[in-house]
Amino acid sequence: MKKAFPILGVLTAILLSYALYMALIGAPTEQTMGDVQRIFYYHVPSAWTAFILFFVNFGASVVYLIKRKPAADIVALVSAEVGVVFCTVVLITGPIWARPVWGIWWTWDMRLTSTLVLWLIYVSYLFLRRFSSGGQTPTLAAALAVLGALCVPFVYFSIWFFRTQHPQPVMGGGGSIDPRMLHALLINWLAFSCFAFLVCWSRYRLEKLQRDVDQAHALESLLDPHRSVP
Amino acid sequence: MSAPTGITRVTLLKDLRLEWRSKDAINSMLFFSLLVVVVFSFSFDPSAEESRQIAGGLIWVAFLFAAVVALNQTWAREIRNQVLDAYRVSPAPANSLFIAKTLGNFIFVTVLEALMTPLFIVFYRLRALGPVWQLLLVASLGTWALVVNGTFFAAMSLRTRSREIMLPLLLFPISIPAILAMVQSTTAILNGEGAHFWIVLLATYDVVFTTMCLLLFETVLNAE
Repeated sequence: MKKAFPILGVLTAILLSYALYMALIGAPTEQTMGDVQRIFYYHVPSAWTAFILFFVNFGASVVYLIKRKPAADIVALVSAEVGVVFCTVVLITGPIWARPVWGIWWTWDMRLTSTLVLWLIYVSYLFLRRFSSGGQTPTLAAALAVLGALCVPFVYFSIWFFRTQHPQPVMGGGGSIDPRMLHALLINWLAFSCFAFLVCWSRYRLEKLQRDVDQAHALESLLDPHRSVP
Repeated sequence: MSAPTGITRVTLLKDLRLEWRSKDAINSMLFFSLLVVVVFSFSFDPSAEESRQIAGGLIWVAFLFAAVVALNQTWAREIRNQVLDAYRVSPAPANSLFIAKTLGNFIFVTVLEALMTPLFIVFYRLRALGPVWQLLLVASLGTWALVVNGTFFAAMSLRTRSREIMLPLLLFPISIPAILAMVQSTTAILNGEGAHFWIVLLATYDVVFTTMCLLLFETVLNAE
């Protein structure tokens, strides 16, 4: 497993460079929007990656509530952390694109608002993890994650009532896209997913190590109460 | 009467009696929402006809913030003298306690709304163009959505540092669909438009989140 990590790292680096080439040079320039449209190769893959990570967070939280395995809790934690980062990328790249194309930085349209609400829910999840202490944190966080995930369909349905200004989704939205653009998009998505997985993995190892160290310290102070804990 | 409902009844009556004698929650909520009404009146002309468009949002924001005041006090009493710990080691079902606390908060917030609504009508010259019974339905569904999640998250934030800050941080993001539905339906009814979609959405939200809170409350209460 330890050997796989650098291999995946190199693979991700190659994929990311190829994806960068495809996004900036390989894909054709969009007719009306011009080069601004190229941000789409970062915006959409980040959004998909964030959604996948939030879904992983939900799955891991359910597993934790049923099986009480610490590993599931760590997976839930790191997927929420990395998911929030990717969701932040979506929320930042969106306005950068919207300013020249729509003429405004932000609009309270369905997809923008629901992504923002999604971001708020998972930031509150990270807040809870930060502010609660001790062994109860995983349980409380898992309960919140389940409620937060349940909230997502409600967020979409309620905000669906506002008229949408966002471009139709690329997949299943009925819009047509140049095959080279689609290729660049999918390559970017693959590269971003690999990158997210790599970051999650490294974060998982760090968190696991941190918990082991904490446990060792606790054990040490139990066995030898006169020694001060560093 | 079976044991779980008996526990719910006893806890609820105890809370109501305590509140009746001290009137802590209701007084602070009333004063707080009064402050919100006054502060809002500085930011726009409250008697203008256009204000009708934002009246729904205004009323619910005032109630939402006021409800947080009461919700934060929900479990404070049970912390003193380790009442909650005693409850956890007793064989009494956790959900009986949860239902009692939720019903108690529901009653407090409903009383607040009943007392504040006339004030809103006077200050903002409100008058419903749509059916009033729908407003009552929206009010009770919306209040339930707030208190059922609020009671749950108050129990959760009890276990964290700086618990008073934690409750709104947890409650508001999850409640956004419910808040949106309450605000939109209230505004629609005040303006004489249809609000069926929002009422159905609110009712579904209530059912789903009440079920989930009941399923998860015992886990949260006993988290160690």
